[in-house]
Amino acid sequence: AMEGSPGVRICEGDCAVLKRGEVFKAVPVLRRRKIIFEKQWFYLDNAIGHIYGTTFEVTNGGNLQPKQEVEETTTETKEAGTDNRNIVDDGKSQKLTHDDIKALKDKGIKGQEIVQQLIENSTTFRDKTEFAQDKYIKKKKKKYEAVITVVKPSTRILSTMYYAREPGKINHLRYDTLAQMLTLGNIHAGNKMIVMETCAGLVLGAVMERMGGYGSIIQMYPGGGPVRAATSCFGFPKPYFDNLHEFPLSKVHSLLSGTFSTETLPSDPEDNALVEEESNGLTDEKQTSLQETEEEPTTEAPMEINQSEEQETMDINAEDVEFKENKEKENKENVREKQMKQWERRKKLTETAALLREKNADGLIVASKFHPTPLLLSLLEFVAPSRPFVVYCQYKEPLLECYTKLRERGGVINLKLSETWLRNYQVLPDRSHPKLTMSGGGGYLLSGITVVLDKGKSDSSNLEALKMEEPSPKRCKVQDLHC
Amino acid sequence: MSFIEYGDTIKDGDTAIVFLGHESMFPVRVQHGTVTQTKYGVIRHSTDLIGKKYGSKVTCSKGGWVFILHPTPELWTMNLPHRTQILYSTDISIITMMLELKPGSIVCESGTGSGSLSHALIRTVAPTGHLYTVEFHQQRAEKAREEFREHGVDHLVTVTNQDVCKNGFGVSNTADAVFLDIPSPWEAIGHAKSALKAEGGRICSFSPCIEQVQRTCLAMEEYGFTEINTLEILLRVYNVRTISLQIPDLGKAAEDNSGTGFDSSNPSNQGSPGANLQQGTVQFKSGVPLREMVGHTGYLTFATKS
Repeated sequence: AMEGSPGVRICEGDCAVLKRGEVFKAVPVLRRRKIIFEKQWFYLDNAIGHIYGTTFEVTNGGNLQPKQEVEETTTETKEAGTDNRNIVDDGKSQKLTHDDIKALKDKGIKGQEIVQQLIENSTTFRDKTEFAQDKYIKKKKKKYEAVITVVKPSTRILSTMYYAREPGKINHLRYDTLAQMLTLGNIHAGNKMIVMETCAGLVLGAVMERMGGYGSIIQMYPGGGPVRAATSCFGFPKPYFDNLHEFPLSKVHSLLSGTFSTETLPSDPEDNALVEEESNGLTDEKQTSLQETEEEPTTEAPMEINQSEEQETMDINAEDVEFKENKEKENKENVREKQMKQWERRKKLTETAALLREKNADGLIVASKFHPTPLLLSLLEFVAPSRPFVVYCQYKEPLLECYTKLRERGGVINLKLSETWLRNYQVLPDRSHPKLTMSGGGGYLLSGITVVLDKGKSDSSNLEALKMEEPSPKRCKVQDLHC
Repeated sequence: MSFIEYGDTIKDGDTAIVFLGHESMFPVRVQHGTVTQTKYGVIRHSTDLIGKKYGSKVTCSKGGWVFILHPTPELWTMNLPHRTQILYSTDISIITMMLELKPGSIVCESGTGSGSLSHALIRTVAPTGHLYTVEFHQQRAEKAREEFREHGVDHLVTVTNQDVCKNGFGVSNTADAVFLDIPSPWEAIGHAKSALKAEGGRICSFSPCIEQVQRTCLAMEEYGFTEINTLEILLRVYNVRTISLQIPDLGKAAEDNSGTGFDSSNPSNQGSPGANLQQGTVQFKSGVPLREMVGHTGYLTFATKS
């Protein structure tokens, strides 16, 4: 952070996150692009150039306007009641009708004023207790004083947003669980990380943020290509991507057995469609330009060199001949370009395979919809000894199996199966308590540390397994059999 | 090795972690000529450690063996000598993420305590960030400085021996984040605000008691912090066990002479087809919670300077 710098400015082309209260939404910052957020429609044009963290109001014309700092009117000792024994909720205490309120809004009356009107026209307001009045005002403000803050994306913001809006896309990985993964995995600058995730690229982005562009990451991917929709929201500078590699899961076995080759590349048109489907982390609108660039998978269908691309059959005449000649030139260039791209792809793949073959990765992070056991058993082969690994699973049971298989394999210690319990609080004078709703579950983690694997000594690995287990309790219950 | 960069082989001067078995480990300063006693025997640093790969199995003099692990802030947290109550990795994880820490971040912390969080913060902000940590206890401040030196991270941290409530953190308008774990955090909110950069800085206060939290939230509001949010996080660990449950004997459907139910003392039941002395069992794998778990460490309050 530079000394005294005012902060980062909102630029066109950025991915920004809109925030209203506890609600977040990621949007691309583009001029004349209509945004719908929290029942409001507006353009972001006026936000460009302001500093991230600025709060705006939506004008009647659908434009953003920085909110003026308004001094909260110090409450003159308001009239208030002591309890609600005489307050009857008949739905008639508010004298303003829906139409009245709409008329106020249409007149351009500010939210603050509308709230004031609602208070004055409520017959029961002065009978409410001070706390109830406070709660009432907060509720009306939330509804009518529509302010939006434009915040800079970060792991904190994006993981909270995804968990609230699209938990299915991230296998219900709650943000505190993600936080545990990053720390348990000792993710830091300079690591050589292996990441396997199907969380729209959120986990990858979080890892990249903690590595600050230093070190390298190999992302393992299923199907045709890695999904990085969420990753693009982070707004990382381009150099961060120089050391981000990818490798197809479908080639892992061949790599481990030494039969790897780049002859057949994983690229079904089907898989490309899958990639497009999954990369919808941004707006509700169908296609934004940001999304479009992200949807382009990193794979291309293998080109047949003899493929002719003439789309139209035309009668040959003088003009057509020239046209045809130009088109042939164009086709040749396309073919050459595609060949180049494919050659580059193969080259990158070979390089990434070489990186994996070194078997010296500094850590492994797995967070996917797939059963974790086969992933761990194979990908751990690429990790150096005395390095942490963390596996996330939405469900506990697959991790039980994973744990058992890892014990059989050996070469891992300090295995721990855990979950975190998260509770938010309301803190107000005389009104502090945990909040009313809580997440029921945020997924499970299995973590451990690799050690030098004693191959071909099944006895010693069993001994190790026994050693790594909890010591048997003194009174062994009939039901318990330690595995 | 270093707490901020992985190394492959054990070197003289390293801090390594000796792993003896389930939840049994301790840190060791590797030095030529030194020996370390373990319950499995002696480990001679010069022959058994120096030059060996991290993650290796080392056989001790009595024949038992251990693993030597590369240090990480998480392993350090589990094994460091306590001078005060410390923060554990569960809280440290959420603090790190909610403060938006990353390489290059400037972060302020008070009190330093035993350095558990400090090591984790240094690891996260390395190689271009910095930790300014304030400790009002002179010996603890000195011990922290010594440890940071031994661990090769002293270039990333500045330890100041003063009272943060009176004299602040020693920096102004630069920090990306501030962390408070002190008895009266509300007295330091003003200093925290002036240490933080102009826009977007994050603050976290850790307090065991709700009364402290209430006062701190009020102070944060008074000083103009936004997005004030209090939470707590707890860790639930599961032991993976194979469980066998007996199938109960519910007797036979058809009536017989000996009446309903199973009576093992009745001699006519011995050896008869219905006498199932060896009950069937069903086996399954289970993630069994521990008998006791940590129920509370402290409340974490986060806010933004805007």
